Amino acid sequence: MHNIFFATVRRDLKIAYRNSSDLLNPLAFFFIVVTLFPLGISPSPQVLSGLAPGVLWVAALLATLLSVDGLFKSDYEDGSLEQILISPQPLFMVVLGKVVGHWLVTGFPLTLLTPVLAVMLFLPVDGIIALELTLLIGTPILSLIGAIGAGLTVGLKRGGLLISVLILPLYVPVLILGTLAVQAGVDGQSFAGHLLWMGSLLVMGLGLAPLATAAGLRISASS
Amino acid sequence: MSLEGIGITCERDRRMLFENLDFQVSDGEILRIEGSNGSGKTTLLRIICGLFHSYDGDIKWQGKPISDDFAGYVDQLLYIGHAGGVKESLSPEENLSWLASLQDQEVSQKNIWEALAQVGLWGYEDVLCGSLSAGQKKRVNLARLFLIKAKLWLLDEPFSSIDVDGVKNLEVQIEQHLDGGGIVMLTSHQLLNINHAVRSLLLGY
Repeated sequence: MHNIFFATVRRDLKIAYRNSSDLLNPLAFFFIVVTLFPLGISPSPQVLSGLAPGVLWVAALLATLLSVDGLFKSDYEDGSLEQILISPQPLFMVVLGKVVGHWLVTGFPLTLLTPVLAVMLFLPVDGIIALELTLLIGTPILSLIGAIGAGLTVGLKRGGLLISVLILPLYVPVLILGTLAVQAGVDGQSFAGHLLWMGSLLVMGLGLAPLATAAGLRISASS
Repeated sequence: MSLEGIGITCERDRRMLFENLDFQVSDGEILRIEGSNGSGKTTLLRIICGLFHSYDGDIKWQGKPISDDFAGYVDQLLYIGHAGGVKESLSPEENLSWLASLQDQEVSQKNIWEALAQVGLWGYEDVLCGSLSAGQKKRVNLARLFLIKAKLWLLDEPFSSIDVDGVKNLEVQIEQHLDGGGIVMLTSHQLLNINHAVRSLLLGY
């Protein structure tokens, strides 16, 4: 049972590594969106540092949304998904493995890239620490929620827009908590409360999102 | 042990594919599903796998509906579909290793290499499947018949894009499986040349 979890993570990491565009697209998107803000709005440190928490969080959210669409796509097309669904292994573990794999190639590198961009946007050091912590807890939640939408829409030809409509509302609490925590960090206040709330969302997501995703996949494959 | 279908009725896109279809296959038996293109052969196999749910009737394994103990049922089932579940960016070895762990079976590298040798892919263990030909990809998928132990084989067009030698090899493997008390259901446009009686199920009218 643990075996299939690790086997799936390893498999998806290998696939992502060999299709390096899958790996680089969300990161490039994130990087480009954030770098356009100083050019488009104002290069002044006061303006930028005020915008930074929101800009970085929204960009991270959109980068995840962009990439989550393909989470089950290739498995659906090449028949792997059918094999997953008729496997004696618990579907929960396979789905969780796929989500963790997705996070390791999007959310995690994105979190690592963020400090550089945060400095560019003149975010104070306290803010950067808060931002890193919230992204570390928050991006796995984004992957988990995104997987629900991806599972439901995998059978559709153009599920891209539908998936955004389905899961963006669920992303809102994460976005609000994330930006509030960073703002609190910038203002020198404690942001432990925000982190605890995000942590509880993550735990809930780990337990429930794969179940919802699994149900969605069963529906998608049965047509 | 036996696989039974009782009164299977399936309608797709307002077309009746089959109505009140009954069949039974027991230990050591093989059933070939025949029919023209679009007559519902793949749909029937997908129904038997438990992948497709919009149908009436019962599929029974050992006398009980498959939904009663689905995990126990799929544990004994090996389904080889049209699309193979073979990832282009993985090598045959990596593909088979993941598919085996999906089937909850411990296989060593040696087992995988032997299975690949059986389907004539000796020396291709580390080549990415994306650079294999269609027939070779199919062979990677069919290597599971030599690797994974399962009682019930459901094969969807196993012989398509396989050359003459490959077909012969596969027929031998099917014979051995039947000799060992296995059950095979397959769709094929080709006649099978094996030393077992092949019953047919003709779909479409």
